[in-house]
Amino acid sequence: MATIELQKLVKRYGKVEAVKGIDLQIADGEFVVFVGPSGCGKSTTLRMIAGLEEISGGTLKIGPDVVNEREPKQRNIAMVFQNYAIYPHLTVRQNIGFGLYTSKLSKEEKDKRIEEAGKILGLTALLDRRPAALSGGQRQRVAIGRAMVRDPSAFLFDEPLSNLDAQLRSQMRIEIKRLHQRLKTTTVYVTHDQIEAMTMADRIVVMKDGHILQVGTPSELYESPVDVFTARFIGSPSMNLVPGKRTGAGVEMGAGDILIGVRPHDLIAGATEGGFAVTGTVTAVEPLGPETLVHLDIPEGSVIATARDKTVPAVGSQLTCAAAPGSLYLFDTSTEKFLGRS
Amino acid sequence: MSDAAPVSSPLYKANIRSGRIIIWTLLFIGGIMMISPLAFMFATSFKTADQVYDLRLIPAAPTLSNYIAVLADGRFMRWFFNSMLVATIVTVSNCFFDSLVGYTLAKFDFRGRQFVFIAILSTLMIPTEMLVIPWYLMSSQLGWLDSYWGIMFPGMMTAFGTFLMKQFFEGVPNDFLEAARVDGLNEFQIWWKVAMPLVTPALSALAIFTFLGNWTAFFWPLIVTTSKELYTLPVGLSSFAVEQQIQWEMIMTGAAIATIPTLIVFIVLQRYIVRGVMLAGLKG
Repeated sequence: MATIELQKLVKRYGKVEAVKGIDLQIADGEFVVFVGPSGCGKSTTLRMIAGLEEISGGTLKIGPDVVNEREPKQRNIAMVFQNYAIYPHLTVRQNIGFGLYTSKLSKEEKDKRIEEAGKILGLTALLDRRPAALSGGQRQRVAIGRAMVRDPSAFLFDEPLSNLDAQLRSQMRIEIKRLHQRLKTTTVYVTHDQIEAMTMADRIVVMKDGHILQVGTPSELYESPVDVFTARFIGSPSMNLVPGKRTGAGVEMGAGDILIGVRPHDLIAGATEGGFAVTGTVTAVEPLGPETLVHLDIPEGSVIATARDKTVPAVGSQLTCAAAPGSLYLFDTSTEKFLGRS
Repeated sequence: MSDAAPVSSPLYKANIRSGRIIIWTLLFIGGIMMISPLAFMFATSFKTADQVYDLRLIPAAPTLSNYIAVLADGRFMRWFFNSMLVATIVTVSNCFFDSLVGYTLAKFDFRGRQFVFIAILSTLMIPTEMLVIPWYLMSSQLGWLDSYWGIMFPGMMTAFGTFLMKQFFEGVPNDFLEAARVDGLNEFQIWWKVAMPLVTPALSALAIFTFLGNWTAFFWPLIVTTSKELYTLPVGLSSFAVEQQIQWEMIMTGAAIATIPTLIVFIVLQRYIVRGVMLAGLKG
């Protein structure tokens, strides 16, 4: 296990800067998730940590050592790829054992590690099968197994669940989290899915355009986003934003110098009492089972609210929704920076 | 509206049927044209000298005497061995070097990569007949005339093989190679342990093409060899004909025996040939 430290890390492709001097310290045993839209530099950063991309500037430390010039194999890290990267010509056992190909361990020790990884990941019965005979989730477990057997300083995951269906993704999220709790190995995980980030991370790193926007625990990011981008990126559905202005008593909608943010789960359909209320026409409803998302057109734009009971508002009807005091997020209109809660 | 007949109409079905009849007829004629020489070759190999010009496919009095005579002739076995040796070494060499170069061109980004690839590819446009003169001069100056190396060196690496392998390696996902890199393999190990097993169909197709091409090669071995001990089978058979005042039954017997290895290779690995050609075509 090891700490990972990024100091002014830069990646350039010709004249284009994909990663623009980022700083980050990852503690020993921590589970850090890089999240952001496509092209934000998160995968590039991960690949620089892995040694698969040359570092254009700055310093990368794994443990006490600067590893900028070290080959991937000299960094003692293991990586799990989006497309699993398990070899179709090898059995599950051989695939898991491939991680130990260059290891000087005895054959008995290698076999022991393979069996152990297979047991932890529930692959014991599948060890002699080829990848073609496995499901997507099983293949991903094989890829994790290959990373595990090496007992690396850090695990790197590059969008490992993107190719799985929603149900399997949720199951694998839990499995990876449990595995981390069991092994306590430093983990860097890249995803564009904020739900993965929120559910798995000790700390989330939000990236945009090659910069780190914010680093914090999931609840810190949810409760105190630094700007509009982070506020809208974290949380699903995205935060509602309407223009507004401060008043003596609080805030009110309309032309002004602030943006009022309210999360759809805080804007309750049918409620009329609260610090913030809107009335509009229902344009669409999305019943989710225990609750229903209600899309409303209001004079200031459109918002999403939540109907908590089982009644589903009719499309085209007029509806009032309200948010409780303290559930609003305020942002500066020009800088889009977070100003505080209201 | 379209003038075409509806798919369920009798006219449409009749068109389909007549189209199929034409295609099958053409295929049948083509098949006969290709199989006839082989059939006559095998038929003649079972005939005696006085029956050679009797064009019946089933000989009146079939005999194995030609086979016994050819196999008893030490020269024939020597030529067979030479051909086998040359074809095998050249095939192994092509599978190794063409794959190595193809992999490098497909998976490594370096200055001049495109230029190197086009330069290799452009050699495909030069006919063998034009290359024979420089090959001969080179062999002559380096002392390679009338030697196994002299027969083999022009084919040890080919532009076609490099192109074929490059196209296949391009289809190998980079994640496989990067995973191996993270797992600690060096670049040669990645090529050998990870990339090569993933292009087995292409490798098999290349092996078959190269083996067949070298097994049947005539022109260059004829030029570069002078001693009969170094003749390959096609060259040997031709000289056999001149010496024996064209004993067709013997030539046909020799040729029939010579086709056996190629037939075996083709029957065993034909699915790889078809797949190799198909993929090379698609990706090219």
